[in-house]
Amino acid sequence: MNALYSLFAVFALVVIALVGAGAAGMEQLFGLYIPWLAIAVFLVGFVAKVIGWAKSPVPFRIPTTAGQMKSHDWIRHDKYDNPATAGQTFVRMALEVLLFRSLFRNLTAQRFGSAQDGVDVKIRYASAKWLWLFALIFHYSFLVVFIRHWRLFLDPVPSALLALEYADTFLQIGAPALYMSGAALALGVSLLLLRRFVVPQVRYISQPADYFPLFLILGVALSGILMRYWAKTDIMAVKEVTMALFSLNPAVHIEGIGVVFFVHVFLVSCLIAYLPFSKLMHMGGVFLSPTRNLPNDSRARYHRNPWNDPNVKAHSYAAYEDEFREKMIEAGLPVEKTLEEAAKTEAQ
Amino acid sequence: MYDGGKIIAGLIVFLGIVGFPFWYNAGSAGYKTPELKLPPKSKATECIEATEWMRAEHMQLLNTWRDSVVREGNLEYTTASGSHVEMSLQKSCMDCHDSKKDFCDKCHTAAAVEPYCWDCHIAPKEEK
Ligand code: HEC
Ligand code: HEC
Ligand code: HEC
Repeated sequence: MNALYSLFAVFALVVIALVGAGAAGMEQLFGLYIPWLAIAVFLVGFVAKVIGWAKSPVPFRIPTTAGQMKSHDWIRHDKYDNPATAGQTFVRMALEVLLFRSLFRNLTAQRFGSAQDGVDVKIRYASAKWLWLFALIFHYSFLVVFIRHWRLFLDPVPSALLALEYADTFLQIGAPALYMSGAALALGVSLLLLRRFVVPQVRYISQPADYFPLFLILGVALSGILMRYWAKTDIMAVKEVTMALFSLNPAVHIEGIGVVFFVHVFLVSCLIAYLPFSKLMHMGGVFLSPTRNLPNDSRARYHRNPWNDPNVKAHSYAAYEDEFREKMIEAGLPVEKTLEEAAKTEAQ
Repeated sequence: MYDGGKIIAGLIVFLGIVGFPFWYNAGSAGYKTPELKLPPKSKATECIEATEWMRAEHMQLLNTWRDSVVREGNLEYTTASGSHVEMSLQKSCMDCHDSKKDFCDKCHTAAAVEPYCWDCHIAPKEEK
């Protein structure tokens, strides 16, 4: 059900663009003003979110880790999983951001044995690398697709983009040549969707907020692929619009562009405007996760709680018990020292 | 803010990257599709198919031509209006569009495509 709602939401967006830019002829609105609005929402929303996070105090070190903390010299320290210094934390973050190291640890629970064999059913955990693999395919192809689009945003086109274009069409399949990154993106996002459909545990916890971004990205990818290979449109006319978009020039005359283009751009606008308010914000969040970006030096360094009021003196449990022992015994609460023992220590 | 310096620096780098097209284009004069050198009126006044269609579909057309010549031995293309053209990159397209530099390349440079066709096919001699 969650998946269907999300799918219909994306269909509704497609219909809005089809009607708005296609039937009602509001090309200027869908080609320029909505994208501008979406970009503004994205930039302001993103910065506001990060500043909001930056304002939350993180007084203690809370890295989550599965590695050995720095300890005695004869115990091997897992430097890049349980970092003790800023340098090691940097490496840990780089591995996380670039290689998704924590997904590499993804486990699956398997049942083995069965009552029929006369063996108890047991559970065991096995490595499940496929989530990591799908995520890598998806994110890196998305990155290439994103950067590759800059050929339409920049003029003259920098030679680095030509090199990327060359590499991406290296297989020279058909004309216009197949972009490997586009195919990989559609594949990656489909695999991530299938994962939510197929794995019962994951399906159980999947919300519309999980399906919607996946369907939206799938919609963006499919409309782009459709526009390049099938419902083709004049790319030179498109470049005039995209150049006007990125040089903030509303005076451009939009003509001769197929409606797929507006559907594509509208879906992208929705995606980027939605990004700062959605789970997709992990794009910035990964850098600000205190469970990742802090060295685990709680035992090596003294971290003072910034909220400690110097006027509030420490009150140890022993002192507390001394103060309330009689009342505690009356109330039937366990005490460390009985009244007699306490009297004895005091007498000494 | 906690660790404000680092976070602001990170945000500036982020804005520098995602906003790159804005910074790159700032102050540049309005972009226009480059002027193409069209065949002289005495040679031809229209392309083998409608101009709009050619702009979007010429690569697909060339691809089907290539397959149909090389794989099926079909040499003749019938246009939508019923006339016949030889299916050939060099002998048809480049006969009318006799400058690769001032026609094909103009668009392709702007769109950052470099058709690899010219690794083998020979472009017409450019007049200096
Ligand atoms: C109106 C501008 C324009 C003109 C003129 C033009 N092209 Fe193109 N051509 C394009 C665009 C834009 C693309 C890329 C389409 C895309 O990226 O989806 C392209 C792509 C191609 C491709 C596919 C390249 C690839 O590897 O994907 C071939 C082949 C091609 N053009 C051949 C030609 C030839 C030959 C000529 C000259 C007779 C020519 N074109 C003239 C705009 C033009
Ligand atoms: C009979 C001569 C002739 C042949 C053959 C021919 N063209 Fe054209 N082509 C023209 C003319 C003339 C125009 C300009 C039409 C106009 O101004 O509307 C044109 C326009 C174009 C355009 C659009 C340019 C623009 O204004 O944006 C493209 C792209 C193109 N041709 C590609 C090709 C390709 C690719 C081939 C080979 C498959 C080809 N042409 C074969 C004469 C020809
Ligand atoms: C590896 C070299 C090579 C490359 C690269 C190449 N071709 Fe060809 N092409 C050939 C050969 C060889 C023939 C066959 C010529 C013949 O039989 O007369 C041919 C034939 C053709 C033909 C039909 C015959 C003719 O005279 O044009 C077309 C159309 C064609 N190629 C288009 C293309 C296009 C478009 C590209 C780029 C997307 C391209 N070719 C890239 C080698 C190549």
